[in-house]
Amino acid sequence: MINLDKGTVIKRQKRRKLLIEGIAIAAIGLVLCLLLPAILPAFRLKLLGRFLSLAIVALGIDLIWGYTGLLSLGHGIFFALGGYGLAMHLKLQLPEGQIPDFFPLYGVEKLPFFWYPFYSFPVTLIAIVLVPTIVAGLLGYLVFRNRIKGVYFSILTQAALLVFFNFFNGQQKLINGTNGLKTDTDTLFGMVVSSSGMQLAFYEVTVLSVLIIYLLCRWLTSGRFGRILIAIRDDENRVRFSGYDPTGFKVLVFAISGGIAGVAGALYTVQSGIITPSFMEVAFSIEMVIWVAVGGRGTLIGAIIGTLLVTFARTLLSEQFPEVWLFFQGALFLLVVTVLPNGIVGWVKSWGWEKLRSLLGLEEPMVTYPSLEKDPLVQQEREELESVQDNQR
Amino acid sequence: MAEKILEIDNLTVNFDGFKALNNLNFSMDAGELRVIIGPNGAGKTTFLDVITGKVQPTEGTVRFKGKNLRKIAEHHISRLGIGRKFQTPRVYLNLSVRENLDLACNRQKNVFATLFQRPPATDKRNVFGLLETVGLTAKADLKADLLSHGEKQRLEIGMLVAQSPELLLVDEPVAGLTDEETENVGNLLLALAESHSIIVIEHDMEFVRQIARQVTVLHQGSVLCEGNMDRIQNDPRVIEVYLGQVPSIGEKEMIMLRIAASMAWADGNIATEEIDVVLTRLSRQFADDEQQQKELQHELRDYLGSKVAIADLVPQLETVAEREIVLKLSYEVISSSARTASEDLINEEEAIAYVNLIKLLELPAETVKRLEAEVQAMSKS
Amino acid sequence: MLQLFFGLFNGISIGSVLLIAALGLAVVFGLMGVINLAHGELMMLGAYTTFVVQNIFKMLGDPWFGAYIFVALPVAFIVAALVGLALERGVIRFLYGRPLETLLATWGVSLILRQFVRSVNGVLAIGLVVFCLLFFGAWVLLSRRLDWQKIRNGVLTILVFLSTGIATVTGFLLSGQKALAKPWFSARNVDVTAPAWLRGGLPLGNFQIPYARIFIIILTIACIVGLYLFFNRSNWGLRIRAVTQNRQMSACLGIPTNQVDALTFALGSGLAGIAGVAITLLGSVGPNTGQNYIVDTFMVVVVGGVGNLLGSIIAAMAIGTVTYLVGSGTIALLFSQNSALQGIFDFFTFFADSSMAKVMVFALIITFLQFKPAGIFPQKGRTAEL
Repeated sequence: MINLDKGTVIKRQKRRKLLIEGIAIAAIGLVLCLLLPAILPAFRLKLLGRFLSLAIVALGIDLIWGYTGLLSLGHGIFFALGGYGLAMHLKLQLPEGQIPDFFPLYGVEKLPFFWYPFYSFPVTLIAIVLVPTIVAGLLGYLVFRNRIKGVYFSILTQAALLVFFNFFNGQQKLINGTNGLKTDTDTLFGMVVSSSGMQLAFYEVTVLSVLIIYLLCRWLTSGRFGRILIAIRDDENRVRFSGYDPTGFKVLVFAISGGIAGVAGALYTVQSGIITPSFMEVAFSIEMVIWVAVGGRGTLIGAIIGTLLVTFARTLLSEQFPEVWLFFQGALFLLVVTVLPNGIVGWVKSWGWEKLRSLLGLEEPMVTYPSLEKDPLVQQEREELESVQDNQR
Repeated sequence: MAEKILEIDNLTVNFDGFKALNNLNFSMDAGELRVIIGPNGAGKTTFLDVITGKVQPTEGTVRFKGKNLRKIAEHHISRLGIGRKFQTPRVYLNLSVRENLDLACNRQKNVFATLFQRPPATDKRNVFGLLETVGLTAKADLKADLLSHGEKQRLEIGMLVAQSPELLLVDEPVAGLTDEETENVGNLLLALAESHSIIVIEHDMEFVRQIARQVTVLHQGSVLCEGNMDRIQNDPRVIEVYLGQVPSIGEKEMIMLRIAASMAWADGNIATEEIDVVLTRLSRQFADDEQQQKELQHELRDYLGSKVAIADLVPQLETVAEREIVLKLSYEVISSSARTASEDLINEEEAIAYVNLIKLLELPAETVKRLEAEVQAMSKS
Repeated sequence: MLQLFFGLFNGISIGSVLLIAALGLAVVFGLMGVINLAHGELMMLGAYTTFVVQNIFKMLGDPWFGAYIFVALPVAFIVAALVGLALERGVIRFLYGRPLETLLATWGVSLILRQFVRSVNGVLAIGLVVFCLLFFGAWVLLSRRLDWQKIRNGVLTILVFLSTGIATVTGFLLSGQKALAKPWFSARNVDVTAPAWLRGGLPLGNFQIPYARIFIIILTIACIVGLYLFFNRSNWGLRIRAVTQNRQMSACLGIPTNQVDALTFALGSGLAGIAGVAITLLGSVGPNTGQNYIVDTFMVVVVGGVGNLLGSIIAAMAIGTVTYLVGSGTIALLFSQNSALQGIFDFFTFFADSSMAKVMVFALIITFLQFKPAGIFPQKGRTAEL
């Protein structure tokens, strides 16, 4: 009887939490979609759009690092693959029989074979997600099946990143090498990409993507699947002896994370107007990790907040004092790792919230065994005991 | 029931020249509860590693229900029905107790099944039942990180049960537990043994005695001997590997010593006179010259254990001569001293134990009379 | 035949550069399990030290100039070792057992070092000295107080801000001085002139073996021998090995594990300094020089197997040789005679430049790891993986 009651109470609490979260998300979404475009100047809005698309990669990295405990230093690959996918489609918006303008410079007259599928917009959309997913899945499978993990995995992803960087840099005849693909003068659906209308549309799409991918990650991490990810982070061998195959889970999560990065890359490319191999520089991929670390790994909202904060600080600092930015970034790495290992959200969750509340005099922080005070089961027992005592009297 | 659940032939594991397991043969019936003991470095944990697939054998085969386990990945072995509890409790520290059990309880361990299928209601009920069994209901929603060592041990046993394997491998389940907790774990294991096959590795001999039916002793990577608890305790080879010296008396002689000692312990304490009687008589029995007898007396002192199930030991004495020696010795022991001056030499407890022994020995009544008379005559002179 | 020999020599010479760069890394990673992403920057510091030493010797004149490299070697070792020591004491020791965090922290250090070399000038140096004097001076003075443990955190926080503030103000006041505000190295690459006796090469048929390459090979061999002797013959080497195998036990036996950690890290960093001297012979050095080596050297350690010197040697030579043979097109040439093998020729020609060779080598490494995931010489036993 009691247990049933407790169950329903917990269920009700859960439902209420979900409801609050849903409302909060919808509200933030509405503000981002409708309010900000109206009040922010176009330039700032474009910047925000870029930051938000970076927040999407951060979500992907949080999934693989924050939840599963695998530090990938190679997400630049997937980010750039998505970006190149969309850029190739934009480059192909040409009259029949023409090929993109850079090809003749290297004496190429025929479009390389892998460009052809990108004539079609739907295929491009699929490729933006699917190509990074497959590359990540393949790389993940080859690494994880041998139980390579920890720092080895990090180093191998970094090496893979360097390899892709070299490849894209060296292949002028295939993909325009170092110069990359400029997209701002190209057209999509007959409109110039850099026009303000298009940019606004991209911004809206970005906001929507952030929401959808947040929900996707939320779904992935909340059920049993998410718990297994955490279990893998805690003790992978134990998972194996419980009858699960961690390799499959890790490959899937890494692939999903790669796909998410691909979407982010595509959105970022159209909003910044160019994609070059420099998106696959070692530094950029590690920077992605610090966004998640600052916000708080293992919390999805942390990844978004961290990205927005750090990228905003970056624009601010590197506009004003370009020299200081690297010092600042370096110090950020050191500080977050040593002082704030759980990031801002983690800190707020464990300490900040309590402190804030007690500062405001709302509630004294709990000093007893966690939450026993609030436990409905304990409450009920207490009441029963009291009534028994009353009866005795 | 005689179906073999686990058969191991000529198993050898070689770590860079060090043979952790050496030509080990082992087999176990379905439904059996087997305890494996052995000194440090005997290869006990490696033995479990091989069964669960963590370590690949260099040579030899492991068969589970007739299926060869070579080259099968750990998670497949686990799904076949072999569950394992580790030496140090290994639970998922960042998940709650309930979630820990839920993961172990899950039957659909495929990647996509865990993602897309809703957990069935039976799982929830199972988890609830298990929480009660291991006594963690009140802490179900706490992170496992916050549990004490004993609670983690219990949680891990719960997770093991949740997997409902046919064969449970339990590595040192009571390390670091209080006596009461130890007993609880023992009862839990005994209850589980009704429907599962279990291998327990343990150092705590009290605990082993509580649960053990069949015991296997490992030493230097191979099986030293097998049998029930009392046989193991009296086996000179086992004593050698644990105490580091070969007992100079044989198995039969050891049994006689044990029975005599248990008589001395019958009233709850062992008096110096009783020890003297046992040691002098037996050393005279086993050795001829005086020097040897002295050494023997010194050595035998180590083997005077208190808890001995004489009902199991007596049938192992086959010849009448041996039984007569035991009876004579026992009578002498119980009549050698009294706890207090006012008491009879043979007090009540001793008398009961003695009558019981006579029954077990199945000697004719006149022989008993004759022997008792001999002893009385001897003590008078 | 000669061509193949020449190819092999070049491969070994690339391999020995990799190896000398990887040695320090292998020591730190193998013994402490710490991935030091700032290793490349320590090499870069070694290279800049060589540049400074060379400039000083230029002033001394010709007969002395030829010998600068022998002074640069120990100086670079000491500079890099000291920076490494500071890094270990200041950051890494708080992060043992958290390898991924260490990786991120050392990346932060690497960023700071890179920018430091770019923008270091008199003002920055003076500011830094002022900061250190104030901060650590106050720390030392205040730590004598009896209630130090109680006030420690608060005081240190205040000290950081106070010292930074004073140092910044000092910097601002001094920044008017032109001479002080001039960057020492600037962001551009600097060239180190090799001594005369290392220029040119040993003629061999149609080819020439550069003396600089031979010098690097000899230097690498010397480092390996030195390292081997240090680990196997000296007291500290024994202690380091003991701590590697069982930290708790070593601590119980009275080995100061803290000092051992610091020493190991300083040793690894010092080796990076020596590698830095070696790379000045190969080309100009800049703030980003270290980045070119870091991933390759990690691959050496991963392929070689952790904590195994011999594995690292073999891996470095293999990676060096394959990189050269593929990258220079030597392999492609082998197939060029036979028209039936046109496909293979095209395939190898596609990879025949130094950056594409890296693509191929990475693919080979991934393939290799499918068969030997723990490297050439894996660690075995029950404790190897838990």
